[in-house]
Amino acid sequence: MIPAIEIKNLYKSFRSGFFLKKQLVLHNLSLQVQQGEAFGFLGPNGAGKTTTIRIINGLSYPDQGEVFIFGKENTNVGVKARVGFLPEEPYFYHHLTGWEFLDFYSQLFGYSRRYRHKRIAFLLELIGLQEYADMQLRKYSRGMLQRIGLAQALINDPQLVILDEPMSSLDPIGRRMVRDIIIDLGKRGKTVFFSSHILSDVEMVCDRVAIIIGGRIISVGKIGELVKEKVDFHEIVLDGISTDKLVPEFEVISHETNRTLIKVEGEEGIQRALTFIKVHKGKVISVNPQKKSLEDIFIDEIRKGGERE
Amino acid sequence: MKVYPIALNTFREAIRDRILYLLLFFALLMIFTSRIASLLTVGEESKIIIDVGLSAISFFGVLMAILIGITLVSREIEKRTIYNILSKPIRRYQFLLGKYAGLLLTILIMDFIMTLGLLLTLYFKSGRFELHLLLAMGLFFCELFIITAFAIFFSTFTTPILSSIFTLAIYAVGHLSWNLLALKERIASFWGKALCFMLYYLLPNLENFNIKNEVVHQLTIGWKTVLLAIGYGISYSVVIILLATLIFQRRDFV
Ligand SMILES: Nc1ncnc2c1ncn2[C@@H]1O[C@H](COP(=O)(O)OP(=O)(O)O)[C@@H](O)[C@H]1O
Ligand SMILES: [Mg+2]
Repeated sequence: MIPAIEIKNLYKSFRSGFFLKKQLVLHNLSLQVQQGEAFGFLGPNGAGKTTTIRIINGLSYPDQGEVFIFGKENTNVGVKARVGFLPEEPYFYHHLTGWEFLDFYSQLFGYSRRYRHKRIAFLLELIGLQEYADMQLRKYSRGMLQRIGLAQALINDPQLVILDEPMSSLDPIGRRMVRDIIIDLGKRGKTVFFSSHILSDVEMVCDRVAIIIGGRIISVGKIGELVKEKVDFHEIVLDGISTDKLVPEFEVISHETNRTLIKVEGEEGIQRALTFIKVHKGKVISVNPQKKSLEDIFIDEIRKGGERE
Repeated sequence: MKVYPIALNTFREAIRDRILYLLLFFALLMIFTSRIASLLTVGEESKIIIDVGLSAISFFGVLMAILIGITLVSREIEKRTIYNILSKPIRRYQFLLGKYAGLLLTILIMDFIMTLGLLLTLYFKSGRFELHLLLAMGLFFCELFIITAFAIFFSTFTTPILSSIFTLAIYAVGHLSWNLLALKERIASFWGKALCFMLYYLLPNLENFNIKNEVVHQLTIGWKTVLLAIGYGISYSVVIILLATLIFQRRDFV
């Protein structure tokens, strides 16, 4: 199947500072998003997520590289009709009401008045703003604006929805709503590509994620795999064995008068430690599984990135 | 038609701008008070009212075109509302054309109101509707085609303040550029002549649209002059808008 998004060897730099020094922001970035998947684009602030998304949407041009959407060039107008986009921190026309705002965008697709009416009513209900349809956007709260922005992205019932940080600036209820909408889009066979710097937003809804740091893709894969790859170690707290004996065999993390903390990996690591403690007549105080969350992986990668530079 | 909703939205946004009404207020004030001025000066009263009135309409019309024209394009970029629009199935030139059409519509209506003010002032003075003024207004509107096109052109690549300055400069230069032809006759050197010639054809000649004297003194105006001016206004604007779209097409929205 043709990928929903195919990014090939993207390079992008900005000139900034007094001497207009060139700063490379995207470094040979390649990525494929398959049709029908919910894909999370994860990275800390300044990693290059927004830059990548603007290039995908044809708002910004790369120095090098190409982007294809459903196999066509991303600037193709026909292909844009199948895409929905919610920019980061979107701004809207304050003088329009919620309804007029959605109607303006739906007119750009050339829909009939009747269809527009039906579609807008449906979307306002989806995002729970039907009571505010006739209120001017200037009176909307940040969260309401984010919601109406989401509705705007869905106006053409797009096959591919691109959302830049859709959950930032939302309260927990708003986050929940966005999450449900993404899951629902997935159920209806739509492709969702969305960025976030918050892992928990992504963990629950995404089939796959790519982690971007410093303009490079660090890893791509199913969350389960990314997590399993590096996870699964246990911390064992024990007493009664001197550190001298433990050090050659285990990774000792800390030691106090009558408790020592060691780290072991995998099931057999635990067995080996427990046997060792039994043999040396020590006492097990506790065994704590330390499931490494995506958050830790994320931080690890950022640290590694920092060391590389 | 993708241009239409953008034009309509631009128009709606423009007519909410308070600056527009402030300028309109001053223009009308000047037109209405021109009667007082006409009493204080020697000469035929109606002529003075027409003279002052047309000048006021021209001055404030241009100010409106520049201030509204520039804010409306730069604001879309600055406020990033343009991200939403350009990610829809619309081409960038369609966006610019929509803006241009919406602005011209706004300015047309404002001009219409100012002209009505002038016609009424004259009606109260002489009991006649001086409809031949409409021709002067029509040509002036052609001038605004060009000014508005320049306002949009500059906004596609520079800041609002610089755009305003550049557009004002074009307005000033455009009313002086006809001097270049006279200058060319007086210059001896070939290159000097060539430069004058080139500049004359590059810069707009906005005096082509100025028939104030003819109107004030009720001289006859040849249809050929009028048609040529209209043709010139349209084709010059088309070229400027075309250049604007070329620049806009390559612009990086980051
Ligand atoms: N217009 C710009 N000029 C110069 N540098 C920019 C510009 N936009 C973004 N950058 C830089 O590009 C990098 C990536 O930014 P961005 O794509 O916004 O990151 P993210 O969305 O992941 O937070 C940052 O280092 C940022 O400073
Ligand atoms: Mg961002």
